[in-house]
Amino acid sequence: MASHAQAQKWSFKMTPTRVLLMLLSAVAVGVIVFRLVTGLGMVTNLSDEWPWGLWIGFDVLCGVALAGGGYGTALIVHVLHKEYFHPIARSAMLTSLIGYLLVMAGLFLDIGQWFNFWRPFVSWGHSSVLFEVFWCVSCYTTVQILEFGEIATERIGTQFHSIFKKALPVLMIIGIIFPTLHQSSLGGLYLLMVDKLYPLWWSPIIFFFFLLSSFFVGPAMICVETTLAGKAYDHWVPIPVLQKLIRISGFVMIFYLLLKIYDLVSRGVFGLMFSGTFEANMFLIEMIFGIIVPIIICFSGFSATRKGLFTFGLLVSCGVVLNRMNVVVIGMIRSTGVSYVPSIWEFIVSAGLVAMGVLAYCFIVENFKILEHDDHHGQAA
Amino acid sequence: MSKGVLVDLTKCVGCGSCTVACKLWNDNKWDDKNPTMGPSAKLTDKNWTVVQFKEVKDKKGEPVWRFVKQQCFHCKEPACASACFAKAFQKTKEGPVIYYPHLCVGCRYCMVACPFNVPKYQWEKAFPLVTKCMMCNTKVEKGEAPACVSVCPAGVFKFGDREELLKEAKSIIAKDSKYVKHIFGENEVGGTEWLYISDVPFDQLGFKTNVTKRSLPSYTEAYMHATPFVGITWGVILTGLYHYTKRRNQISKDNNKNIKA
Ligand code: SF4
Ligand code: SF4
Repeated sequence: MASHAQAQKWSFKMTPTRVLLMLLSAVAVGVIVFRLVTGLGMVTNLSDEWPWGLWIGFDVLCGVALAGGGYGTALIVHVLHKEYFHPIARSAMLTSLIGYLLVMAGLFLDIGQWFNFWRPFVSWGHSSVLFEVFWCVSCYTTVQILEFGEIATERIGTQFHSIFKKALPVLMIIGIIFPTLHQSSLGGLYLLMVDKLYPLWWSPIIFFFFLLSSFFVGPAMICVETTLAGKAYDHWVPIPVLQKLIRISGFVMIFYLLLKIYDLVSRGVFGLMFSGTFEANMFLIEMIFGIIVPIIICFSGFSATRKGLFTFGLLVSCGVVLNRMNVVVIGMIRSTGVSYVPSIWEFIVSAGLVAMGVLAYCFIVENFKILEHDDHHGQAA
Repeated sequence: MSKGVLVDLTKCVGCGSCTVACKLWNDNKWDDKNPTMGPSAKLTDKNWTVVQFKEVKDKKGEPVWRFVKQQCFHCKEPACASACFAKAFQKTKEGPVIYYPHLCVGCRYCMVACPFNVPKYQWEKAFPLVTKCMMCNTKVEKGEAPACVSVCPAGVFKFGDREELLKEAKSIIAKDSKYVKHIFGENEVGGTEWLYISDVPFDQLGFKTNVTKRSLPSYTEAYMHATPFVGITWGVILTGLYHYTKRRNQISKDNNKNIKA
């Protein structure tokens, strides 16, 4: 790969999977254009009962959470100077950057007056939690692009490299503050829905749950990502590095679990979870497979294997996705009285956005120095 | 003092005049699929107020009809306004909660936030807007009653200062035993400008009675106030940690060198 980075030509391998991803992206772009021209009614299954659906739930809420790996890693590697984790820093940040760009795309698609998207920059609805989300996500995406500048200038515009390098520590710190604020704010959005969101999910500290889960899902995503990248590029991050990393997740998850139990008990709704209702069962699935089983894997010998790490990563990531969808969709069904199933077009657009992300990731990894580091030559095993 | 409307549901005859007045005053189109009165009447982007027909049981268990006028309640501390990140919803000092279309981004957080699901969306439009009853704010500013209120032939409504209306409502339900002892809007989500009294329990009439008594914006206020401080403190902590751990690593490297030497 190092030789790629030095070569002047841009490379992009064509494989059948990539062709498929490109097709998917192309269809999605078509639907997106159609939606921007005709409005939301023809493309989506949204309605007055379901003003927020898959795009907000998956593209935005899940996207932001899963992209949280970036700030967690930045915190660990660049602020706490745990150099040990260096091999994963760049790829984690890249995933995060791509994640945020997709989130911005998802948000943009979902707003009705999309040419008016800049409005909150001048009309300050500062009592709104969404105001904070909006500012933080915009600023953070900018910071991330600047952070990526340090990598990009290794190859293009090299004369600016030293400037970016100098700015990096400051950017890193700003780049940790913003996500800390808005990861929790995404949960904070639901503080207002006290009578609408099912009590197993609504909590006066729902913002803190969102923050914690965005933090512990970071290493989990890194496990999934490094496994896939390992297969694709034969670049293997050493197992002990990953194992140590998910231990950090593990401890946060134990704290999350205890806090969740405390929260449910103190609000007197602990019993609800065994009431056998649809909500209760979804909640149990989320807690058992997304939290409890992964904690066990994390602290058992299974986490010393690639399989174990991958399983952990997958369970935790899916657990967080399920949690966000539970908040946006499942937990709201009772109060709206009707249920919502996204239209095929909504699914296609969401899938298309993910496909674009994967393609962008592949392209950047193949053309910039992401996976390899001077101190980890020949770690492939 | 903010203005309000007291609605006495026992007096409503279901004629629907108020819904017609609303359409005319606000220039809203008629929608054949969504009638403004009847058992299936519901609020939509064109129907800012509707009269729902409800067959319920009275105190003696006899089936009776009740007619329930619905519209935005104009909360004293509106969730919709606190939710909007572009200030497209604003509460006026006279009482109405109004919507400024040119500020709206179309995120629909207001719709998700409103405890009574009042704001509606123009789903079929290319550039849709949120819509809802604005309590005829231009009339209210001049001290006049909203259009719907001024046309009622049955004397269902009373327009005036909310606090006065509340006193009156209290004395009505204290004097007359047919009323249930509940003024809808007195405390719901911290109080609303529209107040309702009824002889049939409100939950049977489709009112959302299990809502919090606290004002909804109060749930997020503390959070939003804390944010800048949390942000700054966090920044200071991070910067400190950055320098501390960098130095610690340096020292431990130097020490290692010393040991080797
Ligand atoms: S009822 Fe809903 S739309 Fe009307 S003021 Fe209250 S929160 Fe806003
Ligand atoms: S949809 Fe419009 S009015 Fe409603 S919260 Fe968003 S920007 Fe504000």
